[in-house]
Amino acid sequence: MRKNIILCGVGGQGTVLASRLISSAAMARRIPVLSAETIGMAQRGGSVFSHLRMGEGLYSPMIARHEADLMIAFEPGEAVRLLPFLKQDGRMIVSSRAVMPVTAALSGTGYRPEEMLAYLSSRVAGLTVVDAEKALQEVGSPKVLNLILLGAALRSGALGLDPEDLKQAVRRLIPEKFHELNFRALDYKA
Amino acid sequence: MHDEFLMGNEAIALGALAAGVNVVCGYPGTPSTEVLETVAKRRDGSVYVEWSVNEKVAMELAGGASYAGARALVTMKQMGLNVASDPLMCLEYIGVKGGLVVLVADDPGPISSQTEQDTRSFAAFSKVPLFDPSSAEEAYRMVQEAFDFSEKYRTPVFLRPTTRVSHGYASIRIRDPEEYTVHKPEGFEKDSSRWVIFPRLSFANHRRIEERNALLHDVFSDSPLNRIEQETGLPKDIRKGIAAGGFSYTYVMEARASLGALRTLKVSTPFPFPEKLAVTFLSGLDEVLCVEELDPYIEKELIYICGKYGLKTRILGKMTGHMPLSGENSRDSVQAAVAAFMNIHLPAEPAEEPPPLPVRPPVLCAGCPHRASFYAVKQAMKGQKTAFCGDIGCYTLGNAMPLDMVDTCLCMGAGLGIAQSLNRLEKDRSCFAFVGDSTFFASALPGVVNAVYNQAEFTLVVLDNSTTAMTGHQPHPGTGHTMMGEVVEKISIESILRGIGVSAVETVDPLDHALAVETVRKTAALPGVKAIIFRSPCVALFRSSAQVTIDPAACIGCKKCIREIGCPALSFRDGKAVVDAGQCNGCTLCKQLCPVKAITGGESHA
Ligand code: SF4
Ligand code: SF4
Repeated sequence: MRKNIILCGVGGQGTVLASRLISSAAMARRIPVLSAETIGMAQRGGSVFSHLRMGEGLYSPMIARHEADLMIAFEPGEAVRLLPFLKQDGRMIVSSRAVMPVTAALSGTGYRPEEMLAYLSSRVAGLTVVDAEKALQEVGSPKVLNLILLGAALRSGALGLDPEDLKQAVRRLIPEKFHELNFRALDYKA
Repeated sequence: MHDEFLMGNEAIALGALAAGVNVVCGYPGTPSTEVLETVAKRRDGSVYVEWSVNEKVAMELAGGASYAGARALVTMKQMGLNVASDPLMCLEYIGVKGGLVVLVADDPGPISSQTEQDTRSFAAFSKVPLFDPSSAEEAYRMVQEAFDFSEKYRTPVFLRPTTRVSHGYASIRIRDPEEYTVHKPEGFEKDSSRWVIFPRLSFANHRRIEERNALLHDVFSDSPLNRIEQETGLPKDIRKGIAAGGFSYTYVMEARASLGALRTLKVSTPFPFPEKLAVTFLSGLDEVLCVEELDPYIEKELIYICGKYGLKTRILGKMTGHMPLSGENSRDSVQAAVAAFMNIHLPAEPAEEPPPLPVRPPVLCAGCPHRASFYAVKQAMKGQKTAFCGDIGCYTLGNAMPLDMVDTCLCMGAGLGIAQSLNRLEKDRSCFAFVGDSTFFASALPGVVNAVYNQAEFTLVVLDNSTTAMTGHQPHPGTGHTMMGEVVEKISIESILRGIGVSAVETVDPLDHALAVETVRKTAALPGVKAIIFRSPCVALFRSSAQVTIDPAACIGCKKCIREIGCPALSFRDGKAVVDAGQCNGCTLCKQLCPVKAITGGESHA
């Protein structure tokens, strides 16, 4: 099995942990994993990404344009930004909720997430939009967007992993008191 | 042996531990920081580890450890090598006893640095051999080899990952702690003819170094680290090759898989260059494309070799316009360059017109005390002729609108010197130098001594958030704990400044806005060198659960809170300011400036 996965969002949204959970789950299945992500200044509210590649015979952890089988986007604007990396027939999971940059609040020139989502649905056949406000409310924590999106990715089949693989990874990487909440987020269906 | 999913920097740390390293020191800097942190986490009690006050001191510690026969690793980013270059240049002439590996992480892009300097060129300049890994896995093996090599040839050795190697992850097979090499330092032996640098010794050792490095050209030609990947499956008349090193090598190998496999030279030891191997590689080739980041280093070496051996191969790369002169390479840019080199026509990208995308410059965190400090100085100095000299750290982000409080930024500690000169040339300009607490200890002290003694006039502002925030919260002399886990006496910034003779030293909580403004106003008006210490902990380290709320009925929509301070937790919706509860840290800065008291809650500072 070979898979190229991109996670993207805004610094502080939890893309890194999501990427780590997928890697850990794949490793437990003895699938070689390479990955790369944004570290440094951009983590303070900038655009961030994780590239994650699974399979044999890979050299670079970086993914080229039109090479990603799956994109998990934590923010609609960031999804559009990295769309060129998605394969023609690639799957995308995207959170509906926009994170406005401070500059937008200052000048009053934000962007409209609906416009981003419309653009995505006109180009991505395998698009799943997750209503983040509703999902976070129903799961009952503002902090688990990453697990909710991972759950949607699991059910799309494009992750190539089972729910149990990811639950094991949660057990390995996340403190026990959060397991219940994270499992709930992972199992959440709109 | 076991498998672990490791970041390149973690792999380097575990490689060093496996090689029996005894002493590890360094100064934090992206992308090098995780090496030392991983050593601290995974070491056993016998390994000494510390964040030193700066890179120069770290290099000297590592040198001393090596004099005593210990294996030492010193870590820094490329900017830090500038600071450490004095001891390192000399150390190469003195030589080492215990293996000494100098880890310097380069930053093509640059992603989080002031320059795109290339440590490979520094290696050639300083004559220190350099290992250049292409992946986390290779870095793990190389660091172990580097220790043996250092001892065998009695020289410090560079290990130079770039950002993508340092921060890339891979599943790697590594040694278990029981399998680690045990290295016992023999201790220091007095021998002034060896350890004391004098012109005569330098003359003799200079010759030895050149002779050794000439020998290393051959040693590295035979080393499996450098190698030729042969061409396969190409038409006979293609007489072209690619030379690559570092992370770019992985891009080339990916391009080979899809475009066809040209003969490829992997250069893992750019200095001393594997000359004989390069001659073998070049023979029979008409053209070679060099794929590398930062300097055209391999390119120049190959041009030199062609001249020396009378080879007719054309060497292409940055200097011929075939590769970009600055910035990072990528899968796609290398794919395109290699395809063009092979005369392969890639299908054109369909023209897409996505809706305009938001720009996301990095910003100070919600509730960051630096925002309050900058805002206090801004308010206090309104209408006056000023210069705000910034420095390197999170607080460089004080340059962003609406704060706009960084007029200059050069390198660590430079703001002090710049502020002194700006005032000397324009006496009516009130000059400020901002430094963080970690930077204060690392590189501001000589600047303060200089200012006081030479009768300069400026205001030093120390932004003391009790950590090294930008790089992920390392301890420093003002924090009261060490990497060995000891709780120690803090070094007081106030006492240092008073000891040097700074006349006025005021400490104030920047989140008490009125008091902070008043303190700046009074202090800046004094003659000579004076200091204000804004003390308030980093919010990323001490998260507060208190948050403010905005009463929509009371808010008059004046936007003052948004316009003045640019906190990322504040936005404007339907004519009212709103707080993002997920981000707000309850610092109350916005609350203190709302004209109608529409904002309530948070922690009290005033
Ligand atoms: S109190 Fe105001 S300024 Fe401080 S973090 Fe919250 S919203 Fe931002
Ligand atoms: S400063 Fe006060 S009144 Fe003005 S927008 Fe902000 S919350 Fe509303």
